[in-house]
Amino acid sequence: MIEIEGVSHSLSGVPILRDIDLTIPKGGVTALIGPNGAGKSTLLSLMARLERVQTGRIRFDGLDVTQTPTGQLARVLAILRQETRIATRLTLRDLVSFGRYPHHKGRPGAADRAAVDEAIATFGLEPLAGRQIDTLSGGQRQRAFVAMTFAQGTDYLLLDEPLNNLDMSHARALMLRLGEVARTHGRTVVIVVHEINYAAAHADRIVAMKDGRVVRNGPPGDTLTGAALTDLFDTPIDVTEIHGRPVSLHYA
Amino acid sequence: MAARRLIPLALALGVASVLFLTLGARGSWSFVLGYRGQKLAALLIVGAAIAVSTVIFQTISGNRILTPSIMGFDALFVLLQTGLVFSLGGFGLAALSAEARFGLELLLLLAAALLLFGTLLGGRRQDIHRMILTGIIFGVMFRSVASFLQRMIDPNEFAVVQSASFARFTTIPTELLAISGVLCVAALAAAWAMRHRLDVLALGRDAAVSLGLPHRATVLAALTLTAVLVSVSTALVGPVTFFGLLVAALAHRITGDHRHAVLMPAAALLAGLVLVAGQTLVERVLDLSTTLSVVVEFAGGIVFLLLILREPKR
Repeated sequence: MIEIEGVSHSLSGVPILRDIDLTIPKGGVTALIGPNGAGKSTLLSLMARLERVQTGRIRFDGLDVTQTPTGQLARVLAILRQETRIATRLTLRDLVSFGRYPHHKGRPGAADRAAVDEAIATFGLEPLAGRQIDTLSGGQRQRAFVAMTFAQGTDYLLLDEPLNNLDMSHARALMLRLGEVARTHGRTVVIVVHEINYAAAHADRIVAMKDGRVVRNGPPGDTLTGAALTDLFDTPIDVTEIHGRPVSLHYA
Repeated sequence: MAARRLIPLALALGVASVLFLTLGARGSWSFVLGYRGQKLAALLIVGAAIAVSTVIFQTISGNRILTPSIMGFDALFVLLQTGLVFSLGGFGLAALSAEARFGLELLLLLAAALLLFGTLLGGRRQDIHRMILTGIIFGVMFRSVASFLQRMIDPNEFAVVQSASFARFTTIPTELLAISGVLCVAALAAAWAMRHRLDVLALGRDAAVSLGLPHRATVLAALTLTAVLVSVSTALVGPVTFFGLLVAALAHRITGDHRHAVLMPAAALLAGLVLVAGQTLVERVLDLSTTLSVVVEFAGGIVFLLLILREPKR
């Protein structure tokens, strides 16, 4: 369970998050949605200790992110950020292998190699395993980073817009895998998504944010209504139901 | 296996060392070997120090263009040396032993480097343009303040610092050899112990934190090692701007490996090879008609330009 209590955050005087209280239960896929600048990425960074928490507290299974040693947290939660640039020359397998670092600290064993193979297979990257990262396309690289985060084997996965650069087939495949991982392995996936319909189709729970506040929190059927989305994005959005799922019609 | 590529490098360095010790030797062997042995040891220490400090610094700063010298580390060391002469005077310094003086300079450099570069490198955004600009500004500032101080002190004291301001491979102050050797070996051992953490650090701050690396502490430890290694090499041969860049770029190219367990030894072996073979050529074949530092800086400068021109393609 992720417990966020009274978290506020400001950058050079500009408030980014205002008094966030949020509990995310263990297991399943939680999608963070909201307009640009709502504070989704900042919240994710605070949860993953990439930024220092200014006020409030964040706990994963009771472990406070500001007090727990970072090496211990790395076996509990993993984060993938939006912009990922790497200066060194690595093969895809090397990159995914880094996901095991929190467990072996530089001396991988048989179990670590097996976990890397599993992560590469889970995201369909076997044909690319020997390729240098800088020769991959944006979408392939994105999947490689997701595989690395997955290989870390943590109970909590925080992914900031992992669908960036992915075509519709890979985006769907990735969402299906994440759902599968969450349900069969009992992991908790928190994902920032801009494409509402992926959230509608694959998330178990939606957290909607606007202006640094959580405005809605619940299952897709309750949170993804035309009125709610119109209000959230300040633009008229129709939501209809197809095959029992809400589908947002925001293209025209 | 990329580690196998280290073997030919080590062999080449061995051959170069033997040639350096024996070529054109006349007279008493014990004298020749003792005299040249000291110089050889100094060249190897300097090579390893410059190479490893550059590889580490490039990992901390997350790019392949910046080196400690380009960021003004060795200029800072020269400034500190000059500042000591200026404030303590020739007599004050004469009272200190070479080791004590070196130790004092090293401590000052450590403090200054952590203060100046710790904040620059510890943050989450590492803007390469800001870093290069900062390096140029620091480098120019340190050099001009040092030369300003050198003009103010009297000529006898100037002679003390003058030799420290230019790169020289032919005359190396052997009285610092023992302490430099000890410091260099200790720093290299620490760097070797950090090799896996450095691999993770190279992924960038966010990935390193996510993988559970205490980012700030690791950066500061690596920066400390860099400062120690830079002061060792600068104390022995003076500031060398582009040599580290040259050997680090060659090490990356030759090994094609991202692991510091391979990169650091490869760079150190390459640096030793270039220095020992180059100095053998300059002393025995060219009869000191040119100096090694000029050749090394020329080649390193060209590599620097090539790297800058190729960078935007990524």
